Amino acid sequence: MDSGQRREPRVAEILSVLARGGGQVSLPSRLCAACLSALPVSGVGAALMTVDGPSGVVLAATDHRARQVEEWQFALGEGPCVEASNGSQPVLEPDLAGSSRWPRFGAAVRDAGIRALFAFPLRVGAIRVGVLDLYRDTPGTLALPDLTEALAFADAATAVILHLRDGSGDTALLGPLDGRAEVHQATGMITIQLGVGLTEALLRLRAYAYASGRTVSSVAADVVARRLHFDDNQAGTSRHDRP
Amino acid sequence: MSREQLLATTFVDLADTLVANFDLIDFLHTLTSRSVELLDVDAAGIMLADPNGGLHVMASSAEEARLLELYELQSNEGPCLDCYRSGRPVARDDLTAMSASWPAFTEQLRGVGFHSAQALPMRLREETLGALNLFRAEPGLLSEADLRVGQAMADVATVSLIHERTIAAGELLATQLQTALTSRIQLEQAKGVLAERVGLRMDEAFEVMRSYARGHNRKLTDVAAQIIEGTLVDEILRAK
Repeated sequence: MDSGQRREPRVAEILSVLARGGGQVSLPSRLCAACLSALPVSGVGAALMTVDGPSGVVLAATDHRARQVEEWQFALGEGPCVEASNGSQPVLEPDLAGSSRWPRFGAAVRDAGIRALFAFPLRVGAIRVGVLDLYRDTPGTLALPDLTEALAFADAATAVILHLRDGSGDTALLGPLDGRAEVHQATGMITIQLGVGLTEALLRLRAYAYASGRTVSSVAADVVARRLHFDDNQAGTSRHDRP
Repeated sequence: MSREQLLATTFVDLADTLVANFDLIDFLHTLTSRSVELLDVDAAGIMLADPNGGLHVMASSAEEARLLELYELQSNEGPCLDCYRSGRPVARDDLTAMSASWPAFTEQLRGVGFHSAQALPMRLREETLGALNLFRAEPGLLSEADLRVGQAMADVATVSLIHERTIAAGELLATQLQTALTSRIQLEQAKGVLAERVGLRMDEAFEVMRSYARGHNRKLTDVAAQIIEGTLVDEILRAK
């Protein structure tokens, strides 16, 4: 879609700051912390999602309540992240007090003093990667610059999660996702070549690119042109190469 | 292409939803991008309502338009919302009048460099599907002539959408929105799956999917989802 292009420099900037910082703190924790300091919100959490809904895996949360937001949605099966992940648009609820959406989840978060929630889906086509949730103690909308910033953090979070899962390890390789059509086409082809799901196929494509020092889109172009075929015996593509 | 030719092409495109590969998002993108080409506006966006009256940002010609519409939904004010609720065109003469009606929205609008926003309903008789939002960098309203062209485009698109929805045998608009929103990338992923499974080129894979969808009166996006799930490949093979 049109929306990703102008955002990409900011996404790259967020990712490069994350890659440089570090120490003992995990990438998702750094991302959530950076998101919290960049936006007028009270807490930020990131959770993994599957096609069936929340996975129960909270990747990072800036505080106890942000973690609870994720856990309640998993327990209750309803809430903005669930809605955001099923659709592909952000779910923005600036005033939970005046809202009757999500009866049980809504009551739980209101009791916890959360007044506004903003959930951003992390998706690549049919691949559901996760969701990024921002909450605030006070009601009110996210202004446009903040929305833009939040969407950039969501793109960055998608890249971070895929990076963590593709086994490349080296944070120097952390960058914005390549959204070219052949990357998605190659992903689909690899599902058949390896007998795996789309998520795994995309991870293997990326891992191969990193292992061979090439870009994801140039490897994808080779797959689409049938110059490269994935199989489990091929160096760089086999499952046991991944940590 | 002259403006007249583009206008004619646009009306044909907007009337043509009876193709098997009809893609709602593509269709709405056509409406926003042609609005910018044909009318004296700098950006356009579309919101459509689901059966519960919840509005969704469906398409936009520029990132700023998408953000402004998301902002409208969030803050519950703005021309597109008023337009959807009233079913009538909504415009204000200048920024002062806009600020009086939509203070928060107008502030955000100026923040991204626009000085005029107006909305045209996507409405047929009593049914309003949504609204077309038009943004200008320069202050001031669209000319009468432009307004008529814009409304005609919105009207044709509305009739097409209502027709498409009827054909989909009662399928709810919300479902269509949901599947359509991720359809772009998903379609590419499905092309890859099918191309590899059957041994086709990407364009051939697309043609097979499209003719299967057409032959079985199915939506292309649903067919793509099933191919990704792995529940349709054999059936497509047999249909060849």
